[in-house]
Amino acid sequence: MWAHAACGSSTLVDVARKDDLGRRGEECAALFLTKAGYRLIERNWRCPQGEIDLIAEHEGQIVFVEVKSRSSVAFGHPFEAITIDKLARLRRLAAAWCDQSATSPRRIRIDAISVIAPFASSPTIEHLTGIF
Amino acid sequence: MSVARTHAIALLGMTGSLVEVEADISANLPAIILIGLPDAALSQATHRVRMAAKNSGSALTPHRLTVNLSPAALPKHGSGFDLAIALACLAADNIVPPASIDKVVHIGELALDGRLRPTAGILPAVIAASKRGHRQVMVPVGNAQEASLVPGMRVIAVASLREALIWHGAAIEPVDVDPIMQHDDAADAQTELDLVDVVGNDEAVLALQVAAAGGHHVFMLGPPGSGKTMLAARLPGILPDLDTAASLEVSSLRSLTGSGLGRSLVTRPPLEAPHHTATAAAMIGGGTGQIRPGAAVRAAHGVLFLDEAPEFAAPVLDALRQPLESGLISIHRANATATFPGRFQLVMAANPCPCGQYGASDKECTCPPNARRRYLAKISGPLLDRIDIQLGVQRITAAQLRLADTEERVTSAAARARVESARAAAAERLAPTPWTLNSQVPGPWLRGPHARLGGAITAGLDRALERGGITMRGYDRVLKVAWSIADLEGLTSPGADQVGQALYLRKGMS
Repeated sequence: MWAHAACGSSTLVDVARKDDLGRRGEECAALFLTKAGYRLIERNWRCPQGEIDLIAEHEGQIVFVEVKSRSSVAFGHPFEAITIDKLARLRRLAAAWCDQSATSPRRIRIDAISVIAPFASSPTIEHLTGIF
Repeated sequence: MSVARTHAIALLGMTGSLVEVEADISANLPAIILIGLPDAALSQATHRVRMAAKNSGSALTPHRLTVNLSPAALPKHGSGFDLAIALACLAADNIVPPASIDKVVHIGELALDGRLRPTAGILPAVIAASKRGHRQVMVPVGNAQEASLVPGMRVIAVASLREALIWHGAAIEPVDVDPIMQHDDAADAQTELDLVDVVGNDEAVLALQVAAAGGHHVFMLGPPGSGKTMLAARLPGILPDLDTAASLEVSSLRSLTGSGLGRSLVTRPPLEAPHHTATAAAMIGGGTGQIRPGAAVRAAHGVLFLDEAPEFAAPVLDALRQPLESGLISIHRANATATFPGRFQLVMAANPCPCGQYGASDKECTCPPNARRRYLAKISGPLLDRIDIQLGVQRITAAQLRLADTEERVTSAAARARVESARAAAAERLAPTPWTLNSQVPGPWLRGPHARLGGAITAGLDRALERGGITMRGYDRVLKVAWSIADLEGLTSPGADQVGQALYLRKGMS
């Protein structure tokens, strides 16, 4: 879809499609977590160091969620895109969020959600808990 | 999420240990964690396995795989574990039935496209698997012939990971690939040189045959151009074929060094001629991680030829004393000890002095006397003492060259036939004893009631002992060589002539 550079579409359109896919993936993930009994606290929380996709509360834990979306696994599984550097940044961002929150949470957890959303069919969602 | 296990072989020197390869999938980010003391090549197996699996139509799970090589404390080397790791990972994901891979030993290195590459050390690995009660082994097609040399093993040869998965019952489409074959070093091994090329030097040719018949070590001393190297290179050609046990050992060693075996076991004795700058590690073997056999080990059951012997470092030559004594080479390293066979026939050649001309009839030596003495003193007494045949070799003269056309010369085939019958005679005579070759028989037995020669026969030898010309150990060695000469000539026991000849072969160079 967005990766088809050869089909004549401009780069700008590709980026727009990519962002679109990312937003759609985050939407799916938020829905998935709510159904699973998570209470959403923040979405796309930003600070100078970066952005956390989803922050939720579950069984007394604050859960920081990284959402990775792909339209297919042709360029690897979404989870493969979560590198050590990315995890380290997520850990720093979680600390930054805790610093600014009114009540400092006792237990935190870092999760990852992969959304494989092929064009015109229902997405596949996988959820990994405690990846750090 | 489940656990699957299969088997592979870890080689330490020539001995293989069975390794259990377990794979577990846990809910975490994609990664392969390999534990159980892998070396650098084995650590990189994770990358090969991931790509090979993807390109074989069954990608690895996008979760965390933990692969354990048990026993965890045993150091493991090389790329031969790739196939077992890939199958364990895929079985943990239920792509192949875990029960099926548990019954087979898997050996082979994976290429990124999923094909299997021939792997070094297949023969000793399959022998180890067989000894530990396994009956099925899966190997790359390029190693199939080598693996099938082990009796009683069912060899499953596969060209690719895909083929291996299908054999174990995975539901994927077969795809034909070009199997990767092993370069066959055995095919382009040089042909053995023939004794018929040697002109003149009759006594040296005879000495070679005596050495071959009795398994005696040889030291040749002579000026440059006298044919020492030429003679030594022809010794393996007159040795008899290897027996079954020796053949399996030589083949295993060749497999371990990564050179191809071809269709059959090695049956001819090997020749190793290391350069005189060789270190002790190059000579007997070594290495910090993986312990590799050295030249002396590769020469097991064959000939180790040291040209320009005094040029070798003294510690290198003295490192040979242990194998000469025990027939085994043990290499000790921090994490392990490897034992290799080390029963070779030592042939050394040397010039009499640094300029090489001392004692030559046609040129004058320019070395000062102390340089001459120091030169040969580099070969230590204890080492020289273990060498039964010590021979002076002279350059041939123009007259000898002219005569050579008219004289009949010994061919390697004829010499080998004589050596074989001599060895058979010795083996028959020594049947009640634990020895088979004259060089193995201890001196007291030769002087004892079983083999005592009459006083008249040993008179010359006794006189040499009385005059201090030879030591008691030298006396025993002369007797051994005398028996070899008698065997070669078809006599039941040596006479005065044979003892005299043996004494000459021992003292001929001084």
